[in-house]
Amino acid sequence: MTLAHETNGAAPSSEAAPVLVVNNIEVVYDHVILVLKGVSLRVSKGGIVALLGANGAGKTTTLKAISNLLRAERGDVTKGSITFNGTRVDKLTPNELVRRGCIQVLEGRVCFGHLTIEENLLTGAFSRRDGAAAIRRDLEMIYESFPPLRARRHAVAGYTSGGEQQMCAIGRAMMSHPTMVLLDEPSMGLAPQVVQEIFDIVGNLNREQGVSFLLAEQNANLALQYAHHGYILENGRVVMDGTAENLRENSDVKEFYLGVSEHGRRSFRDVKSYRRRKRWLA
Amino acid sequence: MHLLYLILVDPFVQMGTAPDLLAQTLWEGLVSGVLYALIALGFVLIYKASGVFNFAQGIMVVFSALTLVGLYAAGVPALLALALTAAVMFVLAVGIERLVLRPLVNRPDIILFMATFGLTYLLIGIGELIFGGDTKQMIAKQLYLPSGAIDLPMLGGVVRLQKLDIAAAIIASVLVAALTVVFQYTRIGRAFRAVADSHRAALSVGISLNQIWIIVWFAAGIVALATGIMWGARSEVSFALEVVALKALPVLILGGFTSIPGAIVGGLIIGLSEKLFELYWGPLMGGGTESWFAYVIALIVLLFRPHGLFGEVIIERI
Repeated sequence: MTLAHETNGAAPSSEAAPVLVVNNIEVVYDHVILVLKGVSLRVSKGGIVALLGANGAGKTTTLKAISNLLRAERGDVTKGSITFNGTRVDKLTPNELVRRGCIQVLEGRVCFGHLTIEENLLTGAFSRRDGAAAIRRDLEMIYESFPPLRARRHAVAGYTSGGEQQMCAIGRAMMSHPTMVLLDEPSMGLAPQVVQEIFDIVGNLNREQGVSFLLAEQNANLALQYAHHGYILENGRVVMDGTAENLRENSDVKEFYLGVSEHGRRSFRDVKSYRRRKRWLA
Repeated sequence: MHLLYLILVDPFVQMGTAPDLLAQTLWEGLVSGVLYALIALGFVLIYKASGVFNFAQGIMVVFSALTLVGLYAAGVPALLALALTAAVMFVLAVGIERLVLRPLVNRPDIILFMATFGLTYLLIGIGELIFGGDTKQMIAKQLYLPSGAIDLPMLGGVVRLQKLDIAAAIIASVLVAALTVVFQYTRIGRAFRAVADSHRAALSVGISLNQIWIIVWFAAGIVALATGIMWGARSEVSFALEVVALKALPVLILGGFTSIPGAIVGGLIIGLSEKLFELYWGPLMGGGTESWFAYVIALIVLLFRPHGLFGEVIIERI
């Protein structure tokens, strides 16, 4: 894509040192199913990067490849490399990676349903070795960032609302003291107002604590409002990337992901064939 | 009419006329209930952490007892032998984690279940190879377990409490209390409960499944060792002891597979009820009820409360 060439390097966020560099990775499930066919991306220190794409494009797989949760699901990174803070991390176990400051928030939240909210948050501190006092202090900070959680601290997580569970999942990840959070589909199944609230919190955590985020999201419109940079995945490939601003203004992105075009609204069927022609024949 | 009288009235008349016999039976039921609870506890720990019904729990009881007795027979002092047996159980836990659980991660539960069958026969084979298949005496005295009995004059008769049974009850209670505290209030315990809830999420927040599995299988091994010592001291150490583990099944169904308190209460209920039933209702059907009565209770519980008395109700948001 021409856009990729234009913006690569010109984007302001890529001038800062990258925390995370994914270099041309290929992911195979069960030794036969090729899911990612060469995905490259970078997240700069303190940046929010959006990973956009339709269902099955490979967003979740990309995040799991980075966090190394893939191996527990019989997937494997067969090519390419992943570098976090300058060191290769593709052979580490998930808990070693969490200890180095990179943690994933799973799609669909997945709180520990039978534990209370507070116990959920404390499990996030499992890999830490800096003592109970520091963990208590951070717990207090999480309650500052997520006020609804404080009120529900002794509630069993399984019985809390979807929004509270998403906050709990993000708060739990924050308890590990991360420098980089891989956030998978935070808007899934939540009311628009709650989604807004959660994105605001993500924005705040990024600004105030300098945490970098890699955000997989189907809601491209919303994600590009908060992200600095975006990548668009299709069929296991990065087909486009650029600053959030550029992507928002790009006519293809507008048409395919934001649902707006110069010709008014198009039906999905038209877009589908048109898109295929445009992508692969161009 | 007479049959109804024998079933509904006569047993209670007997209880009333010989309260000392009732007390004795209750005590015996309580003690065997405590031991059932201990075995069930081993199952619950592993079921919660690995999501698998560990068929090998029974043989772990035998294996640990055999190791203890075998080490002592080889000339190791009793207490040192106890420590060494604990070490063996730890090695076993590490081995199981490396060779069974890790390669089978994320496979269907039934595959893990079958793997525990394999483990059972492996342990039987190793046990017979090293220690031989003959029955042995538990080294109760060398481990400072008391022997003899206390005769309590009460209720117009005498109730005889074996000192060994008292010790068993105390040790089981301490073990259970310790495990409960650990799992409820410590970092490792919280991680254990998190793993029980969702392997995936636990992995994602940086909990090492491998570490938790080793700890849990080791804990189950220690529980098995305690059970093996107690049970072995009351009868003898042989591979027949493995069958006792099957008694844990009704206990688990009654108490719920996921509940530590459930295992204890379930064990006590099963122990008490089968002893009472045997004594007062058993003669009506020719005795020998003790071997099957627990399963009848389990069946009834399954009909009315499939997750058991204390099992986790599945929390599902719709």
